[in-house]
Amino acid sequence: MSKFELNAEKITKVFGRRLIFKDVDFACKENGIYGISGPNGSGKSTFLKIITGIISPTKGKLTHSFEGKIIEAEQLHNFVGYVAPYVILYDEFSAVENIHFFSKIRGITFTQEKFDFLFQHFGLFDRKDDLVKGYSSGMKQRLKFIFALIHSPKILFFDEPTSNLDNSGKEKVYQTVKEESRDNIVIIASNEDSDLALCSSVLELQNFKIEKR
Amino acid sequence: MSAYALFKKDLASEIRTRYAVNSLIMFIVVTISVILFSIGNEKISDFLSGGLFWVVIFFSAMSGLSRAFVSEEERGTTLTLQLIASPTTIFSGKLFFNLILVFAMNIIIALLYSALFNSFVLKNFHLFLYAFILGNIGIAIASTLIASIIAKASSKGTLYPVLSFPILLPLMLTLIDLTKQAMDGTTFQSSYVELAILGCYDVVMIAASFMLFDFIWKD
Amino acid sequence: MIWKIFLFVLLAFVSIAGITFPIVAQPAHWYEFPLIMGLGENAKIIFFHVPTAWLTVIAFFMSTVYSVKYLRNKDLVDDIKAHTSAQLGMVFCILATITGAVWAKFAWGSYWSWDPRQTSIFALLLIYGALFALRSAVEVEEKRAALSSVYSIIAFVTVPFFIFIMPRIMRGLHPGSADDTNAGTVVNFKMNGNMLLIFFLSLIGFTILYYWMWYVGYKSMLYKEKLNKQYH
Repeated sequence: MSKFELNAEKITKVFGRRLIFKDVDFACKENGIYGISGPNGSGKSTFLKIITGIISPTKGKLTHSFEGKIIEAEQLHNFVGYVAPYVILYDEFSAVENIHFFSKIRGITFTQEKFDFLFQHFGLFDRKDDLVKGYSSGMKQRLKFIFALIHSPKILFFDEPTSNLDNSGKEKVYQTVKEESRDNIVIIASNEDSDLALCSSVLELQNFKIEKR
Repeated sequence: MSAYALFKKDLASEIRTRYAVNSLIMFIVVTISVILFSIGNEKISDFLSGGLFWVVIFFSAMSGLSRAFVSEEERGTTLTLQLIASPTTIFSGKLFFNLILVFAMNIIIALLYSALFNSFVLKNFHLFLYAFILGNIGIAIASTLIASIIAKASSKGTLYPVLSFPILLPLMLTLIDLTKQAMDGTTFQSSYVELAILGCYDVVMIAASFMLFDFIWKD
Repeated sequence: MIWKIFLFVLLAFVSIAGITFPIVAQPAHWYEFPLIMGLGENAKIIFFHVPTAWLTVIAFFMSTVYSVKYLRNKDLVDDIKAHTSAQLGMVFCILATITGAVWAKFAWGSYWSWDPRQTSIFALLLIYGALFALRSAVEVEEKRAALSSVYSIIAFVTVPFFIFIMPRIMRGLHPGSADDTNAGTVVNFKMNGNMLLIFFLSLIGFTILYYWMWYVGYKSMLYKEKLNKQYH
């Protein structure tokens, strides 16, 4: 029984003269893994940003609620974990410093246990004190997962989660996705079949319809 | 406090990279030098030196205060910030950083200025001090808000002074007037209205900024 | 159609009356204006300078009102209305500055003397200029509308500081400011009845003209937008 609910009704987005998608309905009322797929340029990232509350839709209604109460945009950030290629971390700081600053700015405390666990799980424990400037793209991707999970969010948005990752990295991500989906909502936007294979339902943006698996 | 944590992050970033501090200090030195060279051996009146003081302050502010938002936008970390804090927190944190920066810059400018310009003599120092404090707060608030606006536009460097000047103008005019009065040795009583104007400006700008920032920040 | 004719007649009357009615020491007929010391024939500029200044402020106010509306509804039509207001405001601001400078030359001897009201109108000119500079620097429509709305509102908030506070505090030459002892009749509305009538008619006429220009302006911009926008 999910405590967090996302409801998007008739979401339409227009950029200038270009219509990206029209009247998309998307609802997550239960824990689990939801997928969003579509060819390049179909608006997957845009849709994801809209349902996260980062950008506004041109038309449509979006509600986030937790335990029955509606969550306003200003409070949403600590419920949400977000991983995407266009999320950038501060490369003049080390991984540890990044996570520490973010947690303080979020206003949450984390246990050292969780911290250590995440760094171990994603294989960055040995490099945690190195500046992000020196990280490979795969390491940055893994750090983004730590960034998205450290504050125990209720809803996770992963845009191209396995990009830049080697097989072991991908395994770790899939493990995390399955783990998190037990108590939380996980939404994956991707073109990779292996990513989408995890999802119980996939929204095909090109056609604006949901295919149930 | 989240906003304070954001300030600490910016401060740590600044200490580690020293992007802003170096160039800002040089900018201040260069601006004052340009003025000194333009004046040459001419003697300038008190009023003129008082006015030029605020010119240096204005352009130094334009040089340094946009960094708060522009650096985030240029590196792509705006999204990161949007994911971890509410707009109010972001603005508070950036404002606090700019406040500290404005006071630091302007104290340096004031010290350099009084050392280099003989006609810059303040008979009523307390009046100047109050004006200085209230004025700096106003400059910080307005500049931070405008910085957040231009961060989202192109040609940020040239646009920043263009947008800031009209907004800062009432403040600057009052400050220049108060500086002149401080040099003349006017009493507190007669300058009360001007100080009240500064206070009003600060209050109005901060209220307006917090209300409007959401619209700037969120797409 | 009728009110356009009415407007034409009104403005024609005001312009002719304003320019041709003679100024004599002892007005005997209804079409003559009294002589005001120090101003002479130049007093007539009041019929044109004050309305332009009045309109530029109205335009700015309207621009801000529609900016607030836009921020609440995100309806781009409100942004177009605000932008049209700003364009007209800019035009009238330039006119007000020029007519003001001309009057200044005749009344005080120089075109520009940084009198508070002159400074204020110049500041308004800078605000308009900044607004247009901002608009041309943002490509995305919604962002452009949001940013210029915010800037309009912030600029509007600084306006009271200029208009009300500055002239009270600073010494100035403008009629109505702290130091002004002469030219009181003009501003204290102790204007002779005829002059007052023509003055108010001018004000009303120009205001209607402004509204009409604004209406035509924003409608044409709307249609242009609609023509350009095709979803694909």
